[in-house]
Amino acid sequence: MFGYYMDLALRSLRRNKVLTALMVLAIAVGIGASMTTLTVMHLLSGDPLPGKSGTLFYPQVDADPTNDYSHTDPLDVMDYRSAVDLWSAHRADRQALIVDSKLKVQAPEVNLPPLMEMMLSTTSDFFPMFDVPFQYGSGWSADDDEKHARVAVISADLNNKLFGGTNSVGHALRLRDTDVRIVGVLKPWRPSPQFYMVAGGRFANGQTDDFYTKPEDVFTPFTSGLEINDGNFWQFTCWHMPDTPGHLQNAPCVWIRLWVELGSAAKVADYRSFLAGYAAQQKALGRITHADNTRLRSLMQWLDLNHVVPSDVHLQTWLAFAFLAICLFNTVGLLLAKFLRRSGEIGVRRALGASRRAVFAQCLVEAGLIGLLGGIGGWLLTLIGLWLVRRQPTVYADMAYLDASMFFTTFVLAIMVSLLAGALPALRASRIAPALQLKTL
Amino acid sequence: MQIQPILAALRRHRLATMLIALEIALACAVLCNACFLIANRVALLHVVSGVDESALATVQLTGYEDSHAVDLNARVLTGLRSIPGMQSVSVLNSIPFGARRGTAGITLDMAGQHFGGVVEFYVGGPGSMQALGLHVTSGRGPQPDDFRTFEGLMPTDASVQITRSLAEHLWPGTDPLGKDFWLDKWHYRVVGVIDHLVRPDPSNWQGDSKDWSIFVPALPGKFLAGSYLLRADPQDISRVLRDARATIAKIAPDAVFDEEGSKTFGDLRTDSFRQDRAMVGMLVGVIIALLLVTALGIVGLVSFWVAQRRKQIGIRRAIGATRGDILHYFQTENFLIVTFGIVLGMVLAFVLNMVLMKFYELPRLPLVYLPIGSVVLWGLGQLAVLGPALRAAAVSPVVATRSV
Repeated sequence: MFGYYMDLALRSLRRNKVLTALMVLAIAVGIGASMTTLTVMHLLSGDPLPGKSGTLFYPQVDADPTNDYSHTDPLDVMDYRSAVDLWSAHRADRQALIVDSKLKVQAPEVNLPPLMEMMLSTTSDFFPMFDVPFQYGSGWSADDDEKHARVAVISADLNNKLFGGTNSVGHALRLRDTDVRIVGVLKPWRPSPQFYMVAGGRFANGQTDDFYTKPEDVFTPFTSGLEINDGNFWQFTCWHMPDTPGHLQNAPCVWIRLWVELGSAAKVADYRSFLAGYAAQQKALGRITHADNTRLRSLMQWLDLNHVVPSDVHLQTWLAFAFLAICLFNTVGLLLAKFLRRSGEIGVRRALGASRRAVFAQCLVEAGLIGLLGGIGGWLLTLIGLWLVRRQPTVYADMAYLDASMFFTTFVLAIMVSLLAGALPALRASRIAPALQLKTL
Repeated sequence: MQIQPILAALRRHRLATMLIALEIALACAVLCNACFLIANRVALLHVVSGVDESALATVQLTGYEDSHAVDLNARVLTGLRSIPGMQSVSVLNSIPFGARRGTAGITLDMAGQHFGGVVEFYVGGPGSMQALGLHVTSGRGPQPDDFRTFEGLMPTDASVQITRSLAEHLWPGTDPLGKDFWLDKWHYRVVGVIDHLVRPDPSNWQGDSKDWSIFVPALPGKFLAGSYLLRADPQDISRVLRDARATIAKIAPDAVFDEEGSKTFGDLRTDSFRQDRAMVGMLVGVIIALLLVTALGIVGLVSFWVAQRRKQIGIRRAIGATRGDILHYFQTENFLIVTFGIVLGMVLAFVLNMVLMKFYELPRLPLVYLPIGSVVLWGLGQLAVLGPALRAAAVSPVVATRSV
């Protein structure tokens, strides 16, 4: 039966090419617009570490002793003392301290002008914890952290820039005025968002594009990084002015992030009480005032809290779907016109014994076929749309490609929209009274 | 033209009429809000900076050691001043539409209890205020002895100039001259009010807070170095900046010339609003596509109606209706449907605006957008209906005599 309906649908579509083209175009444009924005949305709101994100947590304590604000949430990042204390306790499966800073980078063996690059100073667990892929070599060891080793891991980008993409492990890199040895080169790595640096999204007014920048180009052990680039570390915020700007180890400032990996619910509960215990102990020591203000959020909870997806992207998605709704209404109207025009034909079919259900099914097949054609058009328009997005000056532009799941979504959405659009006209068509139509033939 | 028969006919096509009306309503809601969004972004693109953008450029240097900063400043200032056509070179920590180095929260009392707002501190060396072309409206500009050396991020005590909108925000309705405010324990006294001085990142701030800036005079030093303000004749400024780049390579090989940050103010402004311009482009695209789809929908449906009513049209023509009558019939019909859609659309537009206000800190939709949207949609409807209506008017009366 389906084959027969398909044949009828094709004939009907061919009979009025202009109307068919109008409907296909309307669906294609609507789908193209909404799928372009949906793909960007999917790209920006996805899980940066599928399968692993559930075990990653972001501890927070409130070291700000002032009472200027309500302290409903601790500050977004940590002060040096709390972060290092919590890290040194090694109470999680893995833990990584993170701080970034900008510095001058040069390869002594390569005759290129010095570059200013972002350096991420972290601890050895960072790489296994966040599944960071290596092209050559590997990360450093816990021992290197301990010994303030002068080693570094560099990004694929920087390796291409400085060493033409060859294996640079063992080569020297000059960071500011310190020579370090390269121990690892990353594969191209582009988490979306750059989740481990996310903070302050609540205060960003929806302008959160910066959360999608590329990872840093140089990675050094936390202890070494603080020494190499001393004087160039900037606070997230301070509750008093720091005495030594750029050197914040003893400053009343927050500037360090701590991430922990906790493999089971029991460990999470344990860590939560450890965190509370630490804050209470620090309160007893007089360093922390708001001891009960601790948090342990999972990676995805933390991203949600920070509203990582920029508000412009939300706005575009809303707009695109409003547009799709208009295209939907448009298609409903045109389908209605199309089906009712064939009232006589439908009357004959009904008189010859086709049930209402059969007529309804036939009309839906026709609508679905239009959806499929619209889906193909929509897919092409989505590709054009994403090409336009890639030409935009946004930091995430380079990631805007259609993946397999969004490819299928395009067609599912197109067919669903057309079936939805076809339902009402098909219902109308199936209720045509055969006798009345036969009389007017 | 009688409306009665048209309404009677529409009542027989209730569903199709409703569909067009709903489509128009949605289009009206989206159109009004999209236009409003465009107007907002365009206003942002034209934000008043208060500085002589066309005559200014900046050079940003990084990668030098703090201990060399004083020496570097001296070298760079002398070196850049020798460039032909250069009118002035001065140091300025933050740059309008560029580097942001002085964003901080201030309080109106020493104890830090009365929060004043998050503002931008422009710490500038001698000559920077004149170079920017800031316009002092009351009080005074910085005097030579206002410029002092300092340790740490900013002068800890200074006589400063603030913008009028910040003054109005901090001390509404009173004279701001002589008022004090604090940044943590650091104290500042207002001695002058400037017309405008935009923040480095106006896109991130709403309304008047785009202009909440403070000018702090200070002498160049360890923490006021590497960020230079260049002034030249607007015709020369691009060439002067190119020369500056070449000069820096010679006189300060120890520093890294920041290509991204060192630009003319014109380019900085363009760059800082790139995304807003892209958004405007996208909104315009959506509006065009929207109008096109709506128009095509009307064309399709009216064509169907015309085909359906060929016989009736023929009869009307046969009993004396002119071509004009038939044309007007369809035009009036369209006008009625679109009007119905617009009425519905106005309500929808406000609902949509409410949603946008809730989530995107957008102001309320001004009423003026509604008549604009209506006129556009009426025009669109008439344009779309014209083709099918002309075809209807061309139906020959002889049709009436056939197959009746």
